[in-house]
Amino acid sequence: MNFLNRRQALSTISTSLAFAAMSTRNALAQGSNPMAAKPTHFPAKAKHVIVLFMSGAPSHVDTFDYKPRLLQGGSAGRGKLMPPLAKFAQRGQSGLWISGMFPNIAQHADDICLLRGMQCDQPNHPPATRAAHTGSAVFIRPSLGAWTVYGLGTENTDLPGFVALGNATGVNFGSAFLPARYQATPVNPGVKADSGRGGGRGPTTDEAIPNIRPTLANRNQRTQLDFLKKLNQEALRQDIHQPAVEGIMQSYELAFRMQDSMPKVMDMSRETEVTKAMYGIGDSATNAFGTQCLLARRMVESGVRFIELTAGGWDHHTDIDEKLPESCSKVDKPIASLLADLKQRDLLKDTLVIFASEFGRTPTASGSGRGHNNKGYTTWMAGGGVKGGYSYGATDDIGAEAVDGKMHTHDWHATILHLLGLDHTKLTYPHAGRNFRLTDVHGIVAKDIIA
Amino acid sequence: MKTPVLATIVVAVAAIAGGGIAFAIASAKSGSKAENPPADAEEPVSVAIPSDRNQPVQMASVTRSSSAGPAAQHHVPADQLEFFEKNIRPALVKYCYDCHSVIEETSRGGLVLDSKEGWQQGGDGGPAIKPRDLQGSLFWKAINYQGKLEMPPDEKMPDSVIAHFKTWIEMGAPDPRKRQKADFKTVITAADIEEGRRTHWSFQKPKANPGASIDKIVNAKLQQAGLQPSAPADAYTLLRRLNFDLNGLPPSLSEIQKFAAAFQSDRESAIRAKVDELLKRPQYGERWGRHWMDVARFAESSGGRNFSFPQAWRYRDYIIDSFNDDTPYDRFIMEQIAGDLLPVKTDEQWQENLIATGFLAIGLKHLDQKNPRVFEADMIAEQIDTMTQALQGLTVACARCHDHKYDPIPTADYYAMEGIFRSTRTLYGTARVAQNHRATDLLLLPILDKNPLGGSKGRGRSIAETKAKLAETQAQIRAMGGRRKSKDVSGEAFNKVRELQRNAQRMQAELDRRNPDGSLKTFGMGVQEATEMVNASILVRGEVDQPAQSVQRGYVQVLGDLNFKATTQKSSGRKGLAAAMASKDNPLTARVMVNRIWMHLIGKPLVGTPNNFGISGMRPDNQELLDYLAVRFMDHGWSVKSMIKEIVLSQAYQRSSTYGAKNYGVDPANKLHWRANPRALDAESMRDAMLTLSGRISYQRPHASAVAEAGDGHASAGGVDANNPMRSVYLPVIRDKPDESLKLFDFPDANISSASRSQSIIPTQALFMMNSDFSAVQAAGMAKQIAGSYRNQSDQIRNAFLWAYGRPPTSPEEQAAGQFFNQYQPTRVVAATPSTTTAPQGKGKAKGGKKGGKRASKRAGGSSSGATAANVMNNNQALTVFCQTLMASARFRILN
Repeated sequence: MNFLNRRQALSTISTSLAFAAMSTRNALAQGSNPMAAKPTHFPAKAKHVIVLFMSGAPSHVDTFDYKPRLLQGGSAGRGKLMPPLAKFAQRGQSGLWISGMFPNIAQHADDICLLRGMQCDQPNHPPATRAAHTGSAVFIRPSLGAWTVYGLGTENTDLPGFVALGNATGVNFGSAFLPARYQATPVNPGVKADSGRGGGRGPTTDEAIPNIRPTLANRNQRTQLDFLKKLNQEALRQDIHQPAVEGIMQSYELAFRMQDSMPKVMDMSRETEVTKAMYGIGDSATNAFGTQCLLARRMVESGVRFIELTAGGWDHHTDIDEKLPESCSKVDKPIASLLADLKQRDLLKDTLVIFASEFGRTPTASGSGRGHNNKGYTTWMAGGGVKGGYSYGATDDIGAEAVDGKMHTHDWHATILHLLGLDHTKLTYPHAGRNFRLTDVHGIVAKDIIA
Repeated sequence: MKTPVLATIVVAVAAIAGGGIAFAIASAKSGSKAENPPADAEEPVSVAIPSDRNQPVQMASVTRSSSAGPAAQHHVPADQLEFFEKNIRPALVKYCYDCHSVIEETSRGGLVLDSKEGWQQGGDGGPAIKPRDLQGSLFWKAINYQGKLEMPPDEKMPDSVIAHFKTWIEMGAPDPRKRQKADFKTVITAADIEEGRRTHWSFQKPKANPGASIDKIVNAKLQQAGLQPSAPADAYTLLRRLNFDLNGLPPSLSEIQKFAAAFQSDRESAIRAKVDELLKRPQYGERWGRHWMDVARFAESSGGRNFSFPQAWRYRDYIIDSFNDDTPYDRFIMEQIAGDLLPVKTDEQWQENLIATGFLAIGLKHLDQKNPRVFEADMIAEQIDTMTQALQGLTVACARCHDHKYDPIPTADYYAMEGIFRSTRTLYGTARVAQNHRATDLLLLPILDKNPLGGSKGRGRSIAETKAKLAETQAQIRAMGGRRKSKDVSGEAFNKVRELQRNAQRMQAELDRRNPDGSLKTFGMGVQEATEMVNASILVRGEVDQPAQSVQRGYVQVLGDLNFKATTQKSSGRKGLAAAMASKDNPLTARVMVNRIWMHLIGKPLVGTPNNFGISGMRPDNQELLDYLAVRFMDHGWSVKSMIKEIVLSQAYQRSSTYGAKNYGVDPANKLHWRANPRALDAESMRDAMLTLSGRISYQRPHASAVAEAGDGHASAGGVDANNPMRSVYLPVIRDKPDESLKLFDFPDANISSASRSQSIIPTQALFMMNSDFSAVQAAGMAKQIAGSYRNQSDQIRNAFLWAYGRPPTSPEEQAAGQFFNQYQPTRVVAATPSTTTAPQGKGKAKGGKKGGKRASKRAGGSSSGATAANVMNNNQALTVFCQTLMASARFRILN
């Protein structure tokens, strides 16, 4: 199915159910859905975001940050330098140096903008992961995806605006003080991303979203939800300011619509075998992440604003020479295919694909692995208005610390919001007596990377 | 006081599980000599640390005493030295250093052979060389290609070289090579620590004004801000709040009616009586025990490869019982950190104390870690992390790799604590199977279980028969030449030997589990003092192969000395550590706990980061109140029940949650407590409340747990899930595999200490309430009870509301209900065929039912009678859907 038709089909559904859905005070008062698309601060480069989060922190010096100095060995500071575990080569027209760890992604070098001067404050996984998602390592703050949907609304109100594939939940995907409707809806596409076990099939919708099938006949469920709506409105009548009650009301409306819309998005039967094979679905190594990647594309087509995928298992403290190639092989082909597929459908231009992790790894060996490195690491972006075949920022000659084009977590967030047409200093929410921002009082947009 | 009844409380328990040959690790039996030598044999020397962050100076006396050895040599007599230098050192360099030296930055299997300490400490298989014990030396076996390891891997060393090694080991393995220690430079000085103690609020002891009370403190602040607090809550709201807060359950219909009447005649005494009643119910311990289980990251599996902890439930029951008994909180700390070291009068007490130390043993463990030193270091980091966050609101584990970034906690403080835990043995069991490299023994408990699990699984043999069969099997194995070389893994003989070995292992495990009379022994998880006490060395960046100066065992300096006694060769210091944390002089302990209690009752903590009272944490909204509560807590013998009672009897607790525009304008976050905070019910309360309304709830504490019943090996819940009617606190907790329906409502991640629950509101929760089997079954149960008790519809409606909301319906609610019954026309609900990827929902059609097939039948195993929505929705459908809607509504899900 052509994606425009699909979108039209979905919007028809949403119209037909709209009167049943409209029930929040907010919506009634404003005469519009609070999730409806909102104007940006300035013209946006990107309309959708797909975050590919490599949880555990992949080594940048073996993948995207070429440091020939490491080949000479020797020691630096506190340990012996470990040479890159794969050969680097210049890729594409642009000649970006990318290693053989990601042979498939490397073929898309000309679409990729490497951010080689990344830095964050924390060298431990949980706080650094929180910081990457919410800007704060310590406090409970809204996730980048929640801020995005708060800022932009969503294109398809029959689907969640922010989806976390891989059933990811918790503070990294939460809305904190933002209204509940902005938090991620977890969707579990059948298999855990890092389980390594495939089974060679796509997920069933029931597995991906438990309880998606309505128990009652449509008419009866409508009667039930009308009654429910009245009960909840009564709760609001008794006490007008109750964000949780409003959140619950909205969650039922969306859930009701998702019963129809979600199985359609999840239904892979219309994808050709060629497409599935391209994403690596059916191969045990790539099945899990390939499924997530294909679903991400389908969600972008359906108008989901922000999709985050998680691939775990990157914390290579031991036997990195064996484990890193294994981890790379699980995501390389799916990610490369996602880029190719988005491009072929002309979706890459306004979909920002972000390859991210909480930090990177040390150039020095620590046992048979590499340690944590928050002082310098690499993430990349593709599509969504960033320069392709471009490298921004640099670490020192061994990849230990960012020295040029430094991009701290706050700068990274500011830049992502900027590409979405949002000014990070203006995207605020009043809470506990002051206006909060994703970037707190920091954040410098890296304008160099914008095409 | 009496001496513990058992001389030996640790035994080897090799667990049974299929698959693979067990990776045998030396099983530490009590009384046997520890195989790890003390890490630091050097004389204490004061170490240079910079005081103004630039200039190295001698360490001031107030800071940690630590020692670093000068790069000297071990003393070796001249003749032996000559032999070593001539024959041994060159051979080691030639054949071993490539893969086993610090210089080359390689330590295959965790072993380095370039220093005496290296081979003493050994690698994955333990110490490599035992002086004067050829057959006990893994190194000797490996170079002779006897056994699994064959070193060097390509080719054996020449016979002459092997002969030299024989002479050398028999000589006592004299080795002058001393490990070069790194020099760790701290940036936190004694002056920094002193300043931290002086300036950071939580490092100073709490003080309270005489005559203060919660309401005096709160009301004064409200007055200052010119705010008028909300009116007291009505009887219905207050009763529902008290029941959920204290017992995690909704009030029953008769309870509501009685309380409403009593409240009308004497509000004050009705509330007091209800509070006392709720605190006495066993459900109180289940509710508050679960709060502690969040903090203690309770789980019944290891995480990672996820091996079962079949004994973890004992610690769960210990927690629940402790809250029900109102064990003083300081005592509760002592038991969990050092229960094994406390004097006892009875076996029962001894048993409880041992089980309490499960706190230290149940954490996340990566049991596939091959390197024992890395494993131990990681396990201790997990223990220190959980312990300091849970009991102290400090993130001491941040100082493992570098000085703490925010708090005045130098890395030396972390290693002072590490020494205590390196002098402690943590016993968590787990199956000795191929992927598990780090199984341990368990604690043998003094009291036998009355109905032990697996009591019938004696494999049909008596103890004597099993012993005989085992001897026979072992003889067979020997006759076949034992385990063949590891490279030959295909032959029939190899497979046969492997099978025999597995059988032997199974029989040995069976014997280990039983007493001579055939009765099953009782095991628990917990800790013991190690046989040898060591100080830990600071590890540069936390790397086990980069030791620096060693540190005296001790505790976090910024908290003051807390009477922590310098440790001796006879004690790890763990008891002293426990006492330091349980001390009234500790500025954090009481504050951290009262903050948690306040959070659970009021809905928000006073310190917004309950596991972090350090400099990077949040400051208290109202320190006067926090400190008052802390002092009261200690003054009332650390009684949690008394603290709870004082809070719930305050006006601040009993206010209505009604919004007020003026107050909201001034204090939107309700930091001044002008109203009660509306809160979403947590996962367990939601589930237990639904089970209560359906009448299906079971208050029976299960014997052990589903995980224990499923046994050793990879953790399994054996099909028991949320459809089982037991209270949520007793559902199996398997790391990384939380029950999906609980996770949906923010059940915490059991890998780390959880300070507070998130409160998400997501459409998948709505789908659960609308479409899950669980929701349908509870609704049907409620409908059945309502229909059975009340004949006419308006009585049914009124009582259903009363039960679900804890109050009678308002008239709009009653009207809406009436309309619902008028409109609703039942249609048959049928089970759908199992869905596939290719079967999206058809639009507009009446589609009934739910997944049938595999999932439904799997659920049936959970003793939930396998009921699905399709089974239960066809009787009394309108009333059932009505009840389901009440449970789905915001009024039910939110506690006002």
